Amino acid sequence: MTVTEPIVRPGPDAPPPASAPRPPEQARVALRRVAPDDIGVALGAMVAGASFAWVLYGRILPVAGWQGYLITAYLSFLLLYAIATHMRLDRVAAGDRVAGAVISTGAALMVGTVATVIGYVFVKGFGRILNTDFFTATQRHFSALSPHGVSVGAAHAIVGTFEQMGIAILLSVPLGVIAAIYMNEVGGRFAAVVRVVVEAMTAIPSVVAGLFVYAFFVISLGQGFCGLAAGLALSVEMMPVVCRATEVVLRLVPNGLREASLALGAGEFRTLWNVVLPTARSGLVTAVILGCARVVGETAPVLLVAGGGAGMNWDPFSGVQTSLPYFIWVNYKSPSDELNSLAWGASVTLLLIVLVLFSLARLIGGRGPGESRRRTRRRAGASAKSLTPEPTS
Amino acid sequence: MAHPTVFAPESPELADRPRRIVVRRTRADHVFRWTTRGVAMLVLALLAAIGGYLLYQGSGALDRAGWGFLTEDAWEPKGGTFGVRGLLTGTVLVAIVALIVAVPIALTAALYITEFAPRRLRGVLTSIVDLMAAVPSIIYGIFGFFVLQPQLIPVSRWLATNFDFLPIFEIRTIDVKARFVDSQFSSSLFISGVVVSTMVIPICCAVSREVFGQAPVGEKEGALALGATRWGVIRAVVLPFGRGGMIGGVMLGLGRALGETIAVAMIISFNTDFSFRVLDGQGSTISSLIVLKYGEADTESISALMAAGLALFVLTLAVNTVAGVLVARSRSGKSTEI
Repeated sequence: MTVTEPIVRPGPDAPPPASAPRPPEQARVALRRVAPDDIGVALGAMVAGASFAWVLYGRILPVAGWQGYLITAYLSFLLLYAIATHMRLDRVAAGDRVAGAVISTGAALMVGTVATVIGYVFVKGFGRILNTDFFTATQRHFSALSPHGVSVGAAHAIVGTFEQMGIAILLSVPLGVIAAIYMNEVGGRFAAVVRVVVEAMTAIPSVVAGLFVYAFFVISLGQGFCGLAAGLALSVEMMPVVCRATEVVLRLVPNGLREASLALGAGEFRTLWNVVLPTARSGLVTAVILGCARVVGETAPVLLVAGGGAGMNWDPFSGVQTSLPYFIWVNYKSPSDELNSLAWGASVTLLLIVLVLFSLARLIGGRGPGESRRRTRRRAGASAKSLTPEPTS
Repeated sequence: MAHPTVFAPESPELADRPRRIVVRRTRADHVFRWTTRGVAMLVLALLAAIGGYLLYQGSGALDRAGWGFLTEDAWEPKGGTFGVRGLLTGTVLVAIVALIVAVPIALTAALYITEFAPRRLRGVLTSIVDLMAAVPSIIYGIFGFFVLQPQLIPVSRWLATNFDFLPIFEIRTIDVKARFVDSQFSSSLFISGVVVSTMVIPICCAVSREVFGQAPVGEKEGALALGATRWGVIRAVVLPFGRGGMIGGVMLGLGRALGETIAVAMIISFNTDFSFRVLDGQGSTISSLIVLKYGEADTESISALMAAGLALFVLTLAVNTVAGVLVARSRSGKSTEI
């Protein structure tokens, strides 16, 4: 087949033909919108399912308990919803609606679990941490038979937590970050070996890391229980986490930036220091903070290597030192109501620390790599304006 | 990654070849290279030392126990009889129960986040998943002990009375007809597994969400244009595309469940007998063994615990490696380009 008529294309400057009517604006189909009659059918099915299960449960079957009721009600809701949609539309739509209901239930269950855990801990323990004794007193002068009014708190556990976490950060962050820089920026065959080993070390269960420090540091070297041992165990746990997270962040820095810097004549170290690290700064901070959040709640290593102790111990290099998770572990089943409520207070404190770390990570790491803060952008804009000559009128 | 040295191929017939690039590094660059290499070697040495030490310490115990290490149930290192058969079964059973509870919730939540949630809600839900992963396991443990356990006891009892023909739900130590039988259903492997599932959900959900989010938009729109419903799109495009990552996420969750220590130790009533009965109100896992028995500080006990820890490490390492390979294969694009 040959083309008989040459195709005439309007040039780029040609105005659009006036006679052609503009096609009407098509409204975008909102895929995620739920139609109102669908909501009605779903609500109806919900009420019907609940009522049906109530009849079945309260009147016919000889069973009891809210767990069974909920499951029966949910299953009958799904069945009724499917039947109603099938009658209204067709089989395919019925399958779609039921799948949508199941998927939404999964998300609701997950959110519900988080909300219940955090809410329950706060309800049980928040009253306790309003009492300032909690942050100033220790358990030293308290036993289960103490008279009422002896001041008792978790100050020693809070101090221990922060000191042990500090040691872990000091040890693991430089090593982890530099190892990640080596893997991503220097590279080579040896880097692959390091990557495989770091990957493998993330599989070490925290209790095994604790056992290693216990057998090697506490017993073989004869150092005894101390906060330093706990910091060591935590850093064994934390270093692979920081290293992997840092590597992911560095990998997100666009190669074009590195090449541009090298093309301008900068050396490798200058490129890293002036281009790669500043670009990845927020991600690096997030990696470190998430590493902290991961280890601050570790109980088993502290339990194995730092022991307990009821009094304050500021010195992490000698003597037993407790931490918040260990404090909870010791006191949650205690026969004394006072210690029980202290365990709940410690849970709230621990949760608060995690929440603060988490929010910090969100605030700092909310931006992608290379995206600057609003203030930085404004400053850059101002300096650019001062460089351009003022337009003369 | 910087590979500044480029060697031109020797090809005489080409008139103009790219010139040979010679890289002369400054002193700062040499220092930088050797410092990072040294630190990386240090990290490698440290990690290898840990593995080697575990192996060295554990091998003494493995020598003494021989093959009995895998077939023995009792844990009496001083008497020379100890093994991980009961412990390993307990560990695996807890992990299986946790996965059965967690995987449906995690996968449906991940699908909701990527396919159903409005844009604004998507960010919030993703944050909630990450927050759930950041909550310490002792908090989940104390929650499980005080809140979940009382609610799960009637469920255990119902399973035990109605499904006792299945060996896994059989009960031997509890008389169901006795009065006040409910409290005997506490502290079981089943309840520990459900508590551990709260820690598996966020890991599994985060990985699957990431993989589902990478499903090709063109194919999704194509399916919609052909008249598929949302569920049709999920079944035809999203799930097949994300299968590898989904399995990888589940296995990462399994690795976490196998190593979980403190929440299990808070719930379980410790007994190393070999049994598949998850409702029987007792049981044991390797990590809870280490936490509960480390105080027996003679060298033989420690070395036996090391051997048990080594077994756990090998198990989680195998699971995590397979998971890592699966997840990495389903991800595309190693680095970002501009």
